[in-house]
Amino acid sequence: MAVPSGLRAAPHFPETAMSTVALDLTDVPAKPARKAMTSWEKWGLVLVVPYLLIFVVFVIYPVGYGLWLARHPASYERLFADPIFFRTLINTIVFVVVAVNLKMLLAMGLSGFFLSTRWWVKILSVIFILPWAVPSIPTILSMRFMLNPEWGVVNALIYRLTGLDGPNWLNDPMLALSLSMLAHIWKSLPFWTLILLAGRMAIPAEQYEAASVDGASMWQKFRFITWPSMRSLFLTSTILSMIWTLGDFNSVYLLTGGGPADLTHVLATLGIRYLRLDQVDLSLASIVVALPLVLPLVYFMMKRLSK
Amino acid sequence: MSRSALKLVTTEAKLLLIGIPVFFWTIIPIYHMFLFSISAKDQATSGRLWPKDPTWRNFEFVFQQKHFYLDHFWAQLGNSFIIAISVGVLTLFISTCAAFAISRLKVRGGRTVMNLALFTYFIPAAFLAVPMYKTMGNYGLLNHQLSLVLAMVTIASPYCIWVLKQASDKLPWELDEAARMDGATALQLFRLVYLPLMVPSLVAVGTYALLLAWNEYLYAFLLLSRDTSVTLAVALGNFLAADDSPWELLMATGLIYALPPAAIYYAFKRYMVSGLTAGAVKS
Repeated sequence: MAVPSGLRAAPHFPETAMSTVALDLTDVPAKPARKAMTSWEKWGLVLVVPYLLIFVVFVIYPVGYGLWLARHPASYERLFADPIFFRTLINTIVFVVVAVNLKMLLAMGLSGFFLSTRWWVKILSVIFILPWAVPSIPTILSMRFMLNPEWGVVNALIYRLTGLDGPNWLNDPMLALSLSMLAHIWKSLPFWTLILLAGRMAIPAEQYEAASVDGASMWQKFRFITWPSMRSLFLTSTILSMIWTLGDFNSVYLLTGGGPADLTHVLATLGIRYLRLDQVDLSLASIVVALPLVLPLVYFMMKRLSK
Repeated sequence: MSRSALKLVTTEAKLLLIGIPVFFWTIIPIYHMFLFSISAKDQATSGRLWPKDPTWRNFEFVFQQKHFYLDHFWAQLGNSFIIAISVGVLTLFISTCAAFAISRLKVRGGRTVMNLALFTYFIPAAFLAVPMYKTMGNYGLLNHQLSLVLAMVTIASPYCIWVLKQASDKLPWELDEAARMDGATALQLFRLVYLPLMVPSLVAVGTYALLLAWNEYLYAFLLLSRDTSVTLAVALGNFLAADDSPWELLMATGLIYALPPAAIYYAFKRYMVSGLTAGAVKS
């Protein structure tokens, strides 16, 4: 596989550069190879067709149909007149701002912790992945039951330790939403810690050694070595995490069901609420209204990844 | 000497100060699930950290379908398996073909296809759920398991195509040139050169799609509703319908449901970590 490095440039240039390289080669044995080229192109088309079909039938059509169903201004008037909608908007913003920042800061810190090569940290890192590896339905339902005011283990412990009745956790909108955020963080923290850990491991150890020799403090090492090389990864991770958090249906729906009194909905669950109330136009309108929140983030990610 | 030993002890203590809370934070909801699944009905809510008489009775109940909520346990478990495997296989097929065409055959417009796929990947699936539900209604696929399979393939394949494209862009280009010179057809290149070299990424991507489908709740409960055709995920959600649900049975079922994906995850961790974490965020 050791071939002159000049040839390697080819894959980096899209179509144009590629075809010139290929043409240079095919000019030597003239006709049969030229025919092969076109058959390769044909195969290229044939092989993308399955995905394109899926894309047209299950992305383009639903999106178009959804937008078409959401075309009436009256739907938006009714949506904006619904107090639940505004509550949901605020909940969503609080959820994203608080949960994402808390999660990413924790992940940043913990990624440093998991750099340690101690045996028990290695074992802990395997356990730590569990929330991510296990499906969220049973674990979130487990949390829901832990928080049950009458038979839940949390209030049982509070009673045993203090003799007082614990709060009715999921019956208070503020508490319930906060607990949904905790459930969300519990589930996704391992993933982001792993990502940031990979970022930290890519930093050459000599930089830290040199800094130690110069007597740098922990904070200085972080500030001047870790952060500069992690900044870009951290930003990308945060944006992607914001998108995923906006779309997190399970953490809210399975823990609170949007309750009490529909006060803990987020945009990801609101559409389903309207669908259950048989108000499809409101459901789709609420998704259209969410797009200005999502699309700038998506645009940012697309820019990052197609670089 | 003693000073460095002291320093060692304090760093160890600092690490433990982080490690112990992290351990409990991670394990409590899972331990709680396990605790319930081995507790008798009247013991389950006692608040003890270990049941007085641990029992496998709950699992017997689940396996023998001895409760109203569990009437179709085996059928639902089977549904989850069939749907997850179908999604894994179909996604693998579609995304491997697409990635090969875009990355190696440099099909015209490949870049556009990649960007469209990426765009789909970044739009949260929860926002596409209601349009998808309406669409499946129009296609007459509602309540057919095929609808869930196709929906999950739609959601899973963009990311898979992207990961596979990233991986296959790294394969040496000389292989393709050599194959072309030898007069190989595109399919021969695909089968004899490309697929064998891509095995680690294919494992990662197939596992990803499989787990995504197995874990899916929202689409499953929207698209399927008959008790005999839903997945185990939906069946678990149905326990929420009533306040007096048998929680110990729910937790036992939940544990059974959680085991296969956890096992698969740990078995393929090597592939998942290199294939997916590297792909998930490119710095």
